Amino acid sequence: MEHYYQEEIECASPEQIRKIQDEKLRDQVKHVWDNVPYYRKKMEEAGVKPEDINSVDDLHKLPFLSKADLREAYPYGLLGVPLKDCVRIHSTSGTTGKRVVAFYTQGDIDLWEECCARAICAAGGTEEDVCHVAYGYGLFTGGAGLHGGSHKAGCLTVPISSGNTDRQIMFIMDLKATILCCTPSYAAYLGERMKELGYGPNDIPLKSGIFGAEAWSQEMRADIEKTLGIKAYDIYGLTELSGPGVSFECSAQQGMHINEDHFIAEIIDPDTLEVLPEGSEGELVFTAIDKKAFPMIRYRTRDICSLTREKCSCGRTHVRMQKPKGRTDDMLIIRGVNVFPSQIETVLLNHGYAANYLIVVDRVNNTDTFEVQVEMTPEMFTDNLGEIEDRQKELTDGLKAMLGIKAKVSLVAPKSIARSEGKAVRVIDKRKI
Amino acid sequence: MSVNQISVFLENKPGTLSEMTKVLAEAKIDVRAMSLAETRDFGIVRMIVADVYEAMNSLKEADFICSLTSVLAFEITDEPGGLGKIVDGFTQAGVNIEYMYASLSGKHTGQAYMIFRVADTKAAEAFLVGKGYIPLTQEDIAGI
Repeated sequence: MEHYYQEEIECASPEQIRKIQDEKLRDQVKHVWDNVPYYRKKMEEAGVKPEDINSVDDLHKLPFLSKADLREAYPYGLLGVPLKDCVRIHSTSGTTGKRVVAFYTQGDIDLWEECCARAICAAGGTEEDVCHVAYGYGLFTGGAGLHGGSHKAGCLTVPISSGNTDRQIMFIMDLKATILCCTPSYAAYLGERMKELGYGPNDIPLKSGIFGAEAWSQEMRADIEKTLGIKAYDIYGLTELSGPGVSFECSAQQGMHINEDHFIAEIIDPDTLEVLPEGSEGELVFTAIDKKAFPMIRYRTRDICSLTREKCSCGRTHVRMQKPKGRTDDMLIIRGVNVFPSQIETVLLNHGYAANYLIVVDRVNNTDTFEVQVEMTPEMFTDNLGEIEDRQKELTDGLKAMLGIKAKVSLVAPKSIARSEGKAVRVIDKRKI
Repeated sequence: MSVNQISVFLENKPGTLSEMTKVLAEAKIDVRAMSLAETRDFGIVRMIVADVYEAMNSLKEADFICSLTSVLAFEITDEPGGLGKIVDGFTQAGVNIEYMYASLSGKHTGQAYMIFRVADTKAAEAFLVGKGYIPLTQEDIAGI
């Protein structure tokens, strides 16, 4: 039985959703025009007025916002309400440039938490469940978002935040946590540690996990599901748009449903900026239609994916986005070839290695060097040098087949690659260009 | 009777071997024989120790990756031609030697210990026992 938080909205007819979107979009554009001089100027430059926007069909007339705009308008330039009406801020990790600071009214927080509650219910969350929130609490949206969602879904919420893995495990086991919320790399690490402590999938009380905030592959999903004995659900979001819960996965695990009563999604060609038809792969663009304090219109996420409106077996009608192939920010260009860390992860897991790896890129004599460091595991180790070298070669060939370029595979000592408790550091780019 | 050899994965960088020997020293492990095989970026240390169980536990606790391999250990006479005789034995048995290493047991005993990893341990052992070569047992190793 599929479990919904707000069935009437989540399973509404496309016409109903469209009607909601048209109305909210009109109001939002007027709100921004009246209250955000920065965006109003952009609209004026583009020759668009609020009265030109009557429905979602007119969305394409509006100018884009990008991370560069956020940087330029930092900190208050995109604020849509007086500061006295804001009740909270959150901020990005700032890994790809200047931090983003996003503002929230109480209403903004409520709708964000509702989005997260939908994700928790889709992962089977009810009043009977114990939801272990191991995302970082604080400026990062992960902890606060799932925490609020868990409250709204009625779960017993364990606000454990990140860190102190053995204590996390004690709480999971003693309080019989059923839903785990954290980054996928931390879930994998928790699983590894629990295995070391002798807990098998049948001993662990967890039934599902909601993992997001970084790219992860299907293989990593299978790995986590097996070690922890759970069903692993993907969740997507950006601080700019509130946080996790912009979209979430249902039991079908076939893409993430975008909460369309709050966000309108478009796919554009990142070069020509043209809107692409359904099913095309391109850059994901979002318009938040009812968030008031930090109202993003046509915000370019830099995530590459596609959308589908095909009927979903879970009963939800909201459009689904495929798992982003990678954020354009994460993409590396090595010897002229686009490389996403998630592709490397797929190959590693396919070959029986752990998902813990480090990519080291450098430039020596004007040529890019590309090394993938992988930890040796007890399962992969044998006394036979030739066998290990054969496996190393298989991995090198697998990477070549996936990426089109050759990587040097280095086997390193176990636990020598740092485990992160937040977002994992996967890439060291030493190139000075 | 074969004995258990411990093989340890070592990353090829300064300090890894000394870290491993420190672990063994702290656990008071007597090493009877040891060899190091290397490739371009990693190595495998192979060794025969007095207390296999204790050595494996302390290595694993220190996060070293290690495994056990069955090898044959023989005491041979430390004189010219001593090694040749036993190697001939493997040849006659038709068993391939994958690797071997030695442990010289000091100037005055007149004996040396040879460790062999072979393709077919049972066949080699049966043949050599017939020739009068008795492989050392785990207890023999502990008592050396």
